[in-house]
Amino acid sequence: MDKPINQGAWLLVLPVLLIVAFSAIVPLMTVVNYSVQDTFGNNQFFWNGIGWYQELLDPTTDLGGRFFDALWRNLLFSFLILAIEVPLGIAVALSMPRDGWRVAATLVVMALPLLIPWNVVGTIWQIFAREDIGLLGWVVNRLGIPYNYTADPLSAWVTIVVMDVWHWTSLVALLCYAGLRSIPDAFYQAARIDGASQWAIFRNIQLPKMHRVLLIAVLLRFMDSFMIYTEPFVVTGGGPGNSTTFVSIDLVKLALGQFDLGKAAALSIVYNLIILAVCWVFYTVMTRMDAQRN
Amino acid sequence: MEHVAWMAWTWQTGVFFVVIAALLALLTTLAVNRPEIAREGVLGITTTRGDRLFITLLGSAFIHLAWLGLVGQDLQYATVLALLYAAAVFRWV
Repeated sequence: MDKPINQGAWLLVLPVLLIVAFSAIVPLMTVVNYSVQDTFGNNQFFWNGIGWYQELLDPTTDLGGRFFDALWRNLLFSFLILAIEVPLGIAVALSMPRDGWRVAATLVVMALPLLIPWNVVGTIWQIFAREDIGLLGWVVNRLGIPYNYTADPLSAWVTIVVMDVWHWTSLVALLCYAGLRSIPDAFYQAARIDGASQWAIFRNIQLPKMHRVLLIAVLLRFMDSFMIYTEPFVVTGGGPGNSTTFVSIDLVKLALGQFDLGKAAALSIVYNLIILAVCWVFYTVMTRMDAQRN
Repeated sequence: MEHVAWMAWTWQTGVFFVVIAALLALLTTLAVNRPEIAREGVLGITTTRGDRLFITLLGSAFIHLAWLGLVGQDLQYATVLALLYAAAVFRWV
């Protein structure tokens, strides 16, 4: 007997489609429209073609220079926090208790930084790192190390990197911990019988089991750090000078500060494309790894 | 048109989105009338027509941006390059 085909269920998807259209597709279309025009407000637009894109991709122009500088800062920031948070997260996960009441206690403590809103994290660190009234800033200066995140670019970078590590390392640790928990005890018993060293256990049992969650952690942390806005904006405001101005901060300055909607739209599109491409590469790598395993 | 004046439409961007919408409509029609089997290509991942369209559109955007950044004018050559890239993606990916 032939099964009747009923496509009526597609109608149930309509509300989602409408919401996505209004929250994502229509704004995205508008940004594309803005990116090829110039405006002085009052809903009057003037055709500019690919002008903004040309300016944006030419490092010798003001807009291009700003964009590439901010992009390199973004990439450096993402690289730094991944280089610190991933090994640190693995180390924390390995040292977390595996049973008893301490598991719950550790999980609660680890989850705390993740529950704090971004702007609150920024405010906490802005005060914590101040050289006059902040505990961290005051102690570091008392130790004889010059530290002032409002005047010295290196101090500002150290502050936002340490802040991000404090905020997000527990996410990597919790993901790794979930991976570690999925390893049956029999694996460890077999390793003990074979007389495997701690390093051999880590290299051959724990790391392969954490592989997938680690990739997810790297993807999440990369995307988040690449799109970071709130915390550095609250702590340094992109300064001193432009030393911590990331693409997102520059975008807001362009769009809302200078009201250069055309330039900001072109920058948004390119920024969006970079993020989309990185996401796709990560997705492809993960899918490939899954396929190879199966 | 007054209601969408804030969207600042131009005929060029209109054509751009109509082409993308037409491609999506074409793929939907094909999916209904000629269902396909996902295949594995040179990237080592299984892809459907929709995946290949996504890879094509994303890659084409980067081809145009790279052309703008490295060569400058005459974007029509970048478009030709993107069409060749699209053919390659649909053939081998």
